[in-house]
Amino acid sequence: MTAILKIVDIHKHFGDNEVLKGIDIDVEEGEVIVVLGSSGSGKSTLLRCINHMEMPDGGHIKIEGKRPDTGQTPYKITERNLLALRRKVGMVFQQFNLFPHMTALENVMEAPRQVLGLSATEARELAMGHLARVGLEGREDMYPMRLSGGQQQRVAIARSLAMSPKVMLFDEATSSLDPELVGEVLKVMRKLAEDGMTMVVVTHEIGFAYSVADRVIFLHEGRILEEGKPTDILVNPLTDRFQQFLSVFKEFSIPESS
Amino acid sequence: MYEFDFQFILDNPGFLWAGLKHTLALYAASLTIGLALGLVIGMGRYSTRKWLNWPATIWVELFRNTPVLVQMMWFFFALPVLIGFSLTAFTAATMALAANASANAAEIFRAGIQSIHKGQWEASRSLGMSYGRIMRRIILPQAIRRMVPAFSNRAIELAKMTSLASTISYAELLYEARLMSSMQFNPIEAFTAVAVVFFVVLYPLTRIVARFEVDARI
Repeated sequence: MTAILKIVDIHKHFGDNEVLKGIDIDVEEGEVIVVLGSSGSGKSTLLRCINHMEMPDGGHIKIEGKRPDTGQTPYKITERNLLALRRKVGMVFQQFNLFPHMTALENVMEAPRQVLGLSATEARELAMGHLARVGLEGREDMYPMRLSGGQQQRVAIARSLAMSPKVMLFDEATSSLDPELVGEVLKVMRKLAEDGMTMVVVTHEIGFAYSVADRVIFLHEGRILEEGKPTDILVNPLTDRFQQFLSVFKEFSIPESS
Repeated sequence: MYEFDFQFILDNPGFLWAGLKHTLALYAASLTIGLALGLVIGMGRYSTRKWLNWPATIWVELFRNTPVLVQMMWFFFALPVLIGFSLTAFTAATMALAANASANAAEIFRAGIQSIHKGQWEASRSLGMSYGRIMRRIILPQAIRRMVPAFSNRAIELAKMTSLASTISYAELLYEARLMSSMQFNPIEAFTAVAVVFFVVLYPLTRIVARFEVDARI
């Protein structure tokens, strides 16, 4: 198996604060990686470095075996390669960030029309398909304001999918949702995983990590502290840090009836 | 007790009608140019690139911090000396009003663009959209809706400022009224009539603007 996305020794700092201190991850095609870590561990920054919302300070990435940057130091990437990279990497945000002046359908049609140059008819058909895929048939003509948080996030997922990305990044996609709406978004994400989408997911949903992830990565202070199968490391964490992190979730879980 | 006599004005509507046409021509020209120029300069003000930001900032500060009347005099009397040919009163007045309007519009554009949440930029960028497309398709359509009340207020201010062009002998409403009053010795009626014409045109506009402000709050 070859890695569809290779993250090689990524460094990032904001001022004096070094947020990522050298991260290496190989993401196989179809693999689902869940990144855990407390706030400030650098997990969001890692995602944002992958699609270059933040420019890495050191290291590089490879997508489909190719480096998008020029290879020079300091890190440099041409505008052309930057746009090409972002077409291949979809991102779902904590705050949805739907375009409020467009209907659900128009939100999903926008990038295929503007970036891929599809005709209105082609883009409409594509968008209808993706909205159906996330369970939103019949909501096509509604504006984001009229949709629930969970529905908005599903439109955002459809909007990303419409660009046929090679990798999808989820940046705390359910963190700003009411508890009863989290499930519908997680279900869509699980279905995507089952359909073979390559995903890197930053989340606090340990249950999702346990049941969907192929691999879990625990980030602490800008470094990978633990990495492994969810059934191993979520049950038997090796480090105290990870143990501590997980204990908070265990403390408030409902014990299974025997 | 002074006896008002509007008979001459009513019998000779051509005076004020000609003035109104000139006022509207000057207004239309300076508003159109001012808005278009304002968008370009506003983009410059928004830009982080120095070579775009600096000239835009100088332009805005220059025209916001000098009186329009001085600008108009300068374009009409001073600029021709520098460039070697004279400008018509219409051209000079349009330049001054458009420059002033553009400086104000630029600040409205900049503030409007800045008011859009950065998540909109990130979402569009993550879809592979270029800067120009994001601005045109995502940011400006949202920003312009928020700018409507501010623009409407400036547009009404600009309409009133057109009367300054009378000082450089552009034959707009106020100039016609002065002409009439010096010929007919009826300053009270002449200038009252000008005020009435401005009011009749602008009052409905301010009402419409007030409606916009209510709508924009939704």
